[in-house]
Amino acid sequence: MIAELGLGVLWLAAGLAVLQAVLGGLALRFPDRPDLGQAVRPVAIAQGVLVSFAMLALIYLFLVSDMSVKLVVANSHSEKPWLYKFAGTWGNHEGSMLLWVAILAVAGSGIALLERRVRPDTLIATLMAQGFIALGFYAFLLFSSNPFERVSPAPQDGNGLNPLLQDPGLAFHPPTLYLGYVGMSVAFSFAVGALLTRDVGPAFARAMRPWVLGAWVFLTLGITAGSYWAYYELGWGGWWFWDPVENASLMPWLAATALLHSVTVLATRDSLRAWTVMLAVVAFSMSMVGTFLVRSGILTSVHAFAVDPERGSFILALLFIYVGAALTLFALRIGTVREGTQFEPVSREAALVLNNLFLTVILGVVLIGTLYPLIAQSMGQQISIGPPYFNPAAGSVALLLIIAMVAGPLMRWRRDGLAAVAKRMALPLALGLVVIVLIRLMAPQIGLLPWLGLSVAALAAAGSVAPLWKRNLRRTPLFTWGMVVAHLGVAIALAGMATDSAFMKEKLVALGEGEATQVGPFSVRLVDVTPVIGPNWTALQGRMSAQRGSGAAFELLPQARNYSSPPTDTSEAAISTLWNGQLYAVLGKANGDGRWQVRLWWKPWVTLIWLGGALIAFGGVLSLIGRLWRERGLATPESGNA
Amino acid sequence: MRKILLWAPLMVFALLAGVLLRGLQSPESGTVPSKMVGRAAPDFVLPAAVPSHPGLARADLARGKPVLVNIFASWCVPCIAEMPVLLALKRQGVEIHGIAIRDKPEDVAAFLRDHGDPYARIGSDVSSQVQISFGSSGVPESFVIDGSGKIRLQHIGDIQQDDVPEILAALKAAQ
Repeated sequence: MIAELGLGVLWLAAGLAVLQAVLGGLALRFPDRPDLGQAVRPVAIAQGVLVSFAMLALIYLFLVSDMSVKLVVANSHSEKPWLYKFAGTWGNHEGSMLLWVAILAVAGSGIALLERRVRPDTLIATLMAQGFIALGFYAFLLFSSNPFERVSPAPQDGNGLNPLLQDPGLAFHPPTLYLGYVGMSVAFSFAVGALLTRDVGPAFARAMRPWVLGAWVFLTLGITAGSYWAYYELGWGGWWFWDPVENASLMPWLAATALLHSVTVLATRDSLRAWTVMLAVVAFSMSMVGTFLVRSGILTSVHAFAVDPERGSFILALLFIYVGAALTLFALRIGTVREGTQFEPVSREAALVLNNLFLTVILGVVLIGTLYPLIAQSMGQQISIGPPYFNPAAGSVALLLIIAMVAGPLMRWRRDGLAAVAKRMALPLALGLVVIVLIRLMAPQIGLLPWLGLSVAALAAAGSVAPLWKRNLRRTPLFTWGMVVAHLGVAIALAGMATDSAFMKEKLVALGEGEATQVGPFSVRLVDVTPVIGPNWTALQGRMSAQRGSGAAFELLPQARNYSSPPTDTSEAAISTLWNGQLYAVLGKANGDGRWQVRLWWKPWVTLIWLGGALIAFGGVLSLIGRLWRERGLATPESGNA
Repeated sequence: MRKILLWAPLMVFALLAGVLLRGLQSPESGTVPSKMVGRAAPDFVLPAAVPSHPGLARADLARGKPVLVNIFASWCVPCIAEMPVLLALKRQGVEIHGIAIRDKPEDVAAFLRDHGDPYARIGSDVSSQVQISFGSSGVPESFVIDGSGKIRLQHIGDIQQDDVPEILAALKAAQ
């Protein structure tokens, strides 16, 4: 009954999306009929409410393990802990698409309820675009991926969920990324709306900015959490693999970061009009490309558990229609948008343009690297592209980007003097140079990229707090604090990445019970290996005792797990977090002679990577609160800086 | 000029969509075949892995008769799984040579004693160098090599009962 109700409500919501799109179009066509436009808002709100109900219905079906629903059978099991039943709702194609459209529609309701700053016709055009986007996903769900489909006769129990995904991280990772992706769709809808009504200006930028900021915070959290999940769950000891699906989440983030900065220029200085609109389209395209890469399974990845060309075709068709239409509109309309305010080559605007340029280059590098195997394959070659391409290509530009990141906030809007900027940059630059020399002297063996990375991290750490210099800290606006915190987070994450790649120690050995080995400053002894039993798995657990020098010994308990439904082997790494890094242990296969393959890593300061990621997101939150506070109910041009 | 420039993003996007569409029509297979298939086997001389069997060299693969080269290791569990199939192939008159990867003589001897011995010769490839020159990335892998020393077929993973006809056909075709 609940399943039928859910499906019915989903159809109703789809109907409302049609109404929202058509009403919006009519309202724009007949401006003398204000009643048409007034109807759009309530329709958008109702659509959000209905689709949320459908989502809750699906969550309920998973929680009660209703085995007459096909999706529950395929992805759940009655013995699974409740958190994974809950998370299983979106740990599959149909559920995750429903989540997508649910977040989209709720965001639409949010715009309809809260947005009062843009021109009414721009708002209607924006909601119309939202209606069109949602419509595509409703069609996808209802015609090819019905999550509420029944199965008869109902089986005894379900097939379970991929054990790699049975992790608290999964409960929050996809929704977080989707919130980010969907936030980009709001930015996209605003851009389309503003193009339709030729209203590309500061008011539009201020309306779009909180959505971009919010989406960007969620993308940052999603990537940071996803990176940590891959680090501890896959047991490969790395935190970024340039896997197509990781890249699929990184590309929208890069575009969103660029958009975030250009939208600030547009809001504050009324410059970069066309570019901001373009970036909004690009950011949404990258979200769709990301969804496409994950859902179609055309690139091999740990995430692509359901390979289905038909679904891929559907998303590709949606991508083609939305982005193609938006870019056509861009080509037709942007020429008629008045050019924005001019600025000098040495100015904060120019630094932000440089930042956008570097981000776009990195985006291009990642996009080409991700898709090149596809191109090569269609020419009959099979290749895979990994760190040897991505690290130097993206890394070197990222270092330049971070230097520009430091320079930007230290420059004045519109026009600044080169000498004055150099003076403000002097201390961070000097610190960076000192670190370059120090590392050369103390650790001459480390690679070029980690070496420069550590130096730039020192430069950026000093430079990111420089905007607070000689300021009254209590009167410094919250969004300036947000910027400082986020930029400091970048410096900290960079320091962690560089330290880890420069000083990480790895060891693969066969150990018998009682035998010991050395990794970095630690001696690690395998005490014993015993079987243990979990709720839905059994495992062999190694007990290891680790000790740094003559310090206190601590225990590591890596497991080689075997899940019963579906039958799968996974390895659970044991990670011991110390104040200056992590000791990471994986228990491998038995050698047959009573010894076990054991993999050990000592990763100094690796935790800084995720700490930095969290700080970046926190900076975004501060900035968002600061903006919303400053702009509450205001429609006048803003003062102050970004 | 400016007009054309405005359409450029759409062009770039169309190109991107084309790549994605193309990729969709030819899903990735996941396994990477050796580039060595169809070429002469690499030149190598390997010492004996166990005292009971002679070592293996490139010259042993070009004596006019097609052979099966099986890359295995005593520490590899799927290698144990394919042993009955290899033994059956041997009974049908197939000449099988082994290359033991990163192994010790006593371990190989124990492996042959416990799981059977289909091999005529076994070379010891302690550093995996020969395995890599065959274009093989894991164990077990098997290669059909014709009488002139040319690689005709690569089989990745353990040989199962279902794979036997394909291997026999390749050996026959290589004659």
